[in-house]
Amino acid sequence: MSDVAVQHGVAAAGVYEPSLFGTYSKKIGMWLFLLSDSLTFGALLFAYSYGRISTPNWPTPFHSESIRNATLMTAFLLTSSLTMVLAVRAAVFGNAKAQRWWLLATMACGTAFVILHGREWSKLIAEGLTLPMFPAVPGHEAAAEYKNVAETVPQFPATFFGLTGMHMLHVTLGVIYLGIIALRKKFIPVLLGLWLVAWLATPDYSPFHYGAHVLLISAVVAAIVLWLRPKVYDSADVEVAGLYWHFVDLVWMFIFPLVYLMSTRIIRS
Amino acid sequence: MNDATQLALEQGVAEQHRHHGKAQFFWVWGALLVMTGMEVYLGYQNMEPVRMLSMLMGLSLLKAGLIIAYFMHMKFEISRMKWLTMSSLLVCLSLMCIFFPDAFRILSLGAR
Repeated sequence: MSDVAVQHGVAAAGVYEPSLFGTYSKKIGMWLFLLSDSLTFGALLFAYSYGRISTPNWPTPFHSESIRNATLMTAFLLTSSLTMVLAVRAAVFGNAKAQRWWLLATMACGTAFVILHGREWSKLIAEGLTLPMFPAVPGHEAAAEYKNVAETVPQFPATFFGLTGMHMLHVTLGVIYLGIIALRKKFIPVLLGLWLVAWLATPDYSPFHYGAHVLLISAVVAAIVLWLRPKVYDSADVEVAGLYWHFVDLVWMFIFPLVYLMSTRIIRS
Repeated sequence: MNDATQLALEQGVAEQHRHHGKAQFFWVWGALLVMTGMEVYLGYQNMEPVRMLSMLMGLSLLKAGLIIAYFMHMKFEISRMKWLTMSSLLVCLSLMCIFFPDAFRILSLGAR
């Protein structure tokens, strides 16, 4: 009986109602998630811009070294979008080897972005531009100009770390997502290794010492998902993962000018 | 969705990629890098914040448009998908920005 039903389904293609959006449901689901996520980032960007315009003594901590760092981060993200779209193209044409290499290249660019961003955060925290919840860096005196920023302009560290931290979390989860698509179960031990390195290599006063646990939580979640539903990911899965990755890139296109370039320190000789 | 429909949709995506070769992605990537360079240049011009914000946001919207159209393949989707997703997003974000002019009002409040 069940055989008859299966044969009927294949033979009578087109008897089902066509998709409203002319595409498959996984892709529509990801688009809906991205639309809702863009409102989260929209609210955070709004909060930062509002503070920037309405606060006359808004700090401008981003001198040329920070701008160079952020420009390099932008270049890495833009390049990762190119490698991602090439991975989707390889997947669509059934070239599994090229697909895997392009995905690994995308992950490498994403990881470089997170490392550079972590360096920027550590520098700002050491200079005294920090949140009350972050522990003080031992042996580092806060720069005189930033000593009172947390009290006088609390909007700056709150919105800066909130917005860029949320984005950094998205990039990290994106790298993990792509790792699972590219390597499947083989990625779990890699992820656990990365968690151990990140946890042991960062000092206990760094926010990344605790942030590294995101990798452990992701490894557990990924292991459960792969155990419950093991599968070979097809081109549709790669395309949907690509949508998420490009969204992360897209959001940075607003954060970079708004956060960094609007708070550039210009020193005229 | 049945297997045949899924296959037809995937073949449609493959067809889009076949007609629009790799070169377009490299062009878009180059254009995005050039626009990033322009933004950095603008960042070093000592402009009034509101004017600079408008110029930078204009360039960012252009970059976002390129990413959505080409990298996220929205250009190749059916018009119903394009209009429903993009218009709902724009309406929601615009509603959020209704309160933005308040940031300017707050500057003139308080004791003078």
